[in-house]
Amino acid sequence: MFPCGDRALLAEVADLDAVAAVRAALRRAPLPGQVELVPAARTVLVVLDRAPTETDAARLRRLPLTDPAPAPDTGLVELSVVFDGPDLAEVAALARRPPSSVVETLTTIEFTVAFGGFAPGFGYLAGLPPELSVPRRTTPRTRVPAGSVGLAGSFAGVYPRESPGGWQLVGRTDAVLFDVHRDPPALLAPGIRVRLREVR
Amino acid sequence: MLTVLAPGPLATVQDLGRPGWASIGVTTSGAADRAAHGLANRLVGNEPAAATVEVTAGGLRVRAGRTLLVAVTGAPVPVSVDGRAAPFDAPLTLSAGAELSLGRPAIGLRSYLAVRGGVDVPPVLGSRSTDSLSGLGPPRLTAGDRLPVGTLSAGEPFVDVAPVRPLPARPVLRVLPGPRRDWLAQEAWALLTSQEWSVTSDSDRVGLRLAGPRLDRARHDELPSEGLVPGAVQVPPDGAPVLFLSDHPVTGGYPVLAVVTTPDLSLAAQLRPGDSFRFRAVR
Repeated sequence: MFPCGDRALLAEVADLDAVAAVRAALRRAPLPGQVELVPAARTVLVVLDRAPTETDAARLRRLPLTDPAPAPDTGLVELSVVFDGPDLAEVAALARRPPSSVVETLTTIEFTVAFGGFAPGFGYLAGLPPELSVPRRTTPRTRVPAGSVGLAGSFAGVYPRESPGGWQLVGRTDAVLFDVHRDPPALLAPGIRVRLREVR
Repeated sequence: MLTVLAPGPLATVQDLGRPGWASIGVTTSGAADRAAHGLANRLVGNEPAAATVEVTAGGLRVRAGRTLLVAVTGAPVPVSVDGRAAPFDAPLTLSAGAELSLGRPAIGLRSYLAVRGGVDVPPVLGSRSTDSLSGLGPPRLTAGDRLPVGTLSAGEPFVDVAPVRPLPARPVLRVLPGPRRDWLAQEAWALLTSQEWSVTSDSDRVGLRLAGPRLDRARHDELPSEGLVPGAVQVPPDGAPVLFLSDHPVTGGYPVLAVVTTPDLSLAAQLRPGDSFRFRAVR
């Protein structure tokens, strides 16, 4: 548990499952004055509208790190993906498998949105097998088109809009990931399950 | 209705931002100097949720479409109405057709123009703020923009002029230790809180890039990205700290050495490129 200024606490835990458990517990029973909950890879930032107290820190320390209650179903999103990304061959080479086998694996995984944060609507999708954990590109691209599906480290992700980026691009989707006129605005939010379906 | 005749170097609509959306990657945004924004609203009897115009480095000129009660606060600028000097930090009536003009601040960076009823551009995710990082909210103001005036006023304003402490010539920002102090070399905290820092030109509503002594890392492994707060002082690999303001990214992947206290964020938002200041440890 780390203090983070006079309005927030940063809880550090071991892994994504513990992050999900802490996030779920604080959504069910927020701290008094809780205004923001920011899950990440190994931390959950809890922002309050007041100075945190020792009681808040103690409550966070007591939170279960495995979710005892079955997680409420937050839904399944299916993304139609054309697997023609410029880095698919590179990813296949790193995995020592043919590209078709990489695509087959990617389309059988049920991913879970672990956390967001890179841009509005971006979700870090957890669930990749170790052999598809690939490093970021050594030189990031200055322009990655919206809808690009990429891999980096143990995550997959979809660029919600055009931006610079260093993920290895394996495909693209037409799905609109973020739209302020939609409720909810983000297609992907922490806890949502995601499947990639191959289209040509 | 207020018609923008000239926006100055940068003018945006701002309110208290969009808290609650960070988990889908949307930062809070909102007025960089919350104290000055709040004062401007109070001077014209607005509700706290009303939006104002955040004017960066002065230069804004607007025309009133009807009789309007307005107030200008924040970085002190010469205010004039139809060429005649008008008060600052005080409510001010514009008659229909009158032109309000803001000069350049001699000190400070951001001034706030409140209009009774609030600037009523369409809200996006519950806020009228321009988020310069993700492009949410209205675009920056340009000449010819017509800003509707809303109905977010509470009681009658009852203050003639607000006593406001002048911006300090030698600013000091109070800081608390950040969550990753141990990722920096042992002397980093002492350097941060004892040396003078200056604001570089590579600074905006996202954050201030600082120049001063180089802050070295103690750990060189990669920190997984984690949630950020406004006021966080993050140290990238080049050793030059960044002090985040309203439009900070939701998460960051470099260690946060210190966090500026909430009351002092308003002062941080008034620092301009070239300004020198110090951090003072409060714990």
